[in-house]
Amino acid sequence: MVRDVFTIVMVAAGAFFFLAGTVGLLRFPDTLTRLHALTKADNLGLGLVVLGLLLRVQGPLGALKLVAVWLLVQLAGATVSQLIAGAARRGEPSA
Amino acid sequence: MADFLIAVAGFVLAMVALGLVRVLRGPASADRMMAAQLLGTGGIAALLLLAAATDMPALVDVALALALLDAFASVAFVMGGSRSEVREPDATEPHEHGA
Amino acid sequence: MTMAMALDSGLAVVVLAVAGWTIAARGTFAAVVGFVSYGLLLTLVWVRLEAVDVALTEAAIGSGLTGALLIGAAARLRAGEASPVEGPGVVLRLEIAVLSATVAVALAIAVLLLPDPAPTLAPAAAENATATGLGNPVTNVLIAFRAMDTLLEKVVLALALVGVWSLAPDRVWGGYPGPRHRSDPHGVLAFFARLLPPLGIVVGIYILWAGADHPGGAFQGGTILAAMWLLVMMAGLTDAPPVSRRWLRLVLIVGPVVFLVVGLGGLWLGDAFLAYPAAHAKPLILTIEFAMTLTIAATLGLLLAGPPERKLS
Repeated sequence: MVRDVFTIVMVAAGAFFFLAGTVGLLRFPDTLTRLHALTKADNLGLGLVVLGLLLRVQGPLGALKLVAVWLLVQLAGATVSQLIAGAARRGEPSA
Repeated sequence: MADFLIAVAGFVLAMVALGLVRVLRGPASADRMMAAQLLGTGGIAALLLLAAATDMPALVDVALALALLDAFASVAFVMGGSRSEVREPDATEPHEHGA
Repeated sequence: MTMAMALDSGLAVVVLAVAGWTIAARGTFAAVVGFVSYGLLLTLVWVRLEAVDVALTEAAIGSGLTGALLIGAAARLRAGEASPVEGPGVVLRLEIAVLSATVAVALAIAVLLLPDPAPTLAPAAAENATATGLGNPVTNVLIAFRAMDTLLEKVVLALALVGVWSLAPDRVWGGYPGPRHRSDPHGVLAFFARLLPPLGIVVGIYILWAGADHPGGAFQGGTILAAMWLLVMMAGLTDAPPVSRRWLRLVLIVGPVVFLVVGLGGLWLGDAFLAYPAAHAKPLILTIEFAMTLTIAATLGLLLAGPPERKLS
């Protein structure tokens, strides 16, 4: 019972951050700020969802995989954001 | 519980669809490069939720593969979308082409 | 309408919308981004259809590797796209539209008019699922029941690679594929390309190993390995090997060769070509899968690296 409540709360919080990220993506004025909003979904949104689902997996391997997914997304998100920001700062034309 | 997780997966998908409207419209190519990132994260979240909701732990493997390949595709986008090679602030000498 | 149906309908709408946008997009880069997005959404569709192996392959090849391939092509085309794009004329577009619509309608009719129950070998495959000792029915079909297809697929991959290599000008034949990528060795990309590939290799081998009993297999594992290799090459941490190297060519053929040897062994020791003796089925299959993963990884990596562009000095 407590486990279910925990999952629901965490997953709902994660979904909220996805919402916040999307709102930022749609409403922020330029590329760099939009990029900032996008990565919030990566870190907090996915992280909270993973946290909520951690209690439902069987065995340590399942939990390890969930955390590994989150860490990979963090790493990739951080790197790609840096690269995209570099491209945006150089003023790439629209394509 | 399963219904709730599926509902959240659908919600995340809706958020991704909304976000796609922005990134696909551009106008800069940097905006479009964000599409893979957004879809990747949203897709992974949806997959993890579905894995718990429909009791298919194999979906976590799909999420793992998606995380890796999405990172790779995003790097390819950035390198291919820029007019020049990816240059960090202090880049080394330009690459050679076999012309 | 249940929650699952709502999810599926929403997914269908988004997939169609993205597909429509991809067709209507101006500019090659935008269209490729749309295509990759479409591939990622299709992964979710496959998951909802409970075809998890296909979903894995779609995520890996359909959006990841094919997207990178198309981006590379778009980048090469852009160099020559100085003038406004001379797209196909209106008449040609109409003809293409009519043809595509005809194919779509024919497919829809074929699917809707399938006899019920549809002719299928699935029950027979499911009955014999324990014949090889593997738990994943898809791997059973790929490696045991339809092994000939899989073997020939690998040969087709090798032929495709030869085709790509043949695009090289004569004087650089046997040289290094693609341009030499360089990036700041202290920069973000180099850091990423040092950190991610070890993790990626572990995941790739895991997915190969898990393919025996769970969704996965040689193709998906090999694709992940190829993507990691390509990442290292794109960051400039290593150069692509020259295509004339003996070890490279050996790796490229080890998969089909091992497959062929086992198949011929089946002819000699067992009943037929590609028949596995029952006691040794699982170890033989794992050997084949391991060799195939190496070949697939090398082939896909080289396919994306492109034809040789730099001379072997």
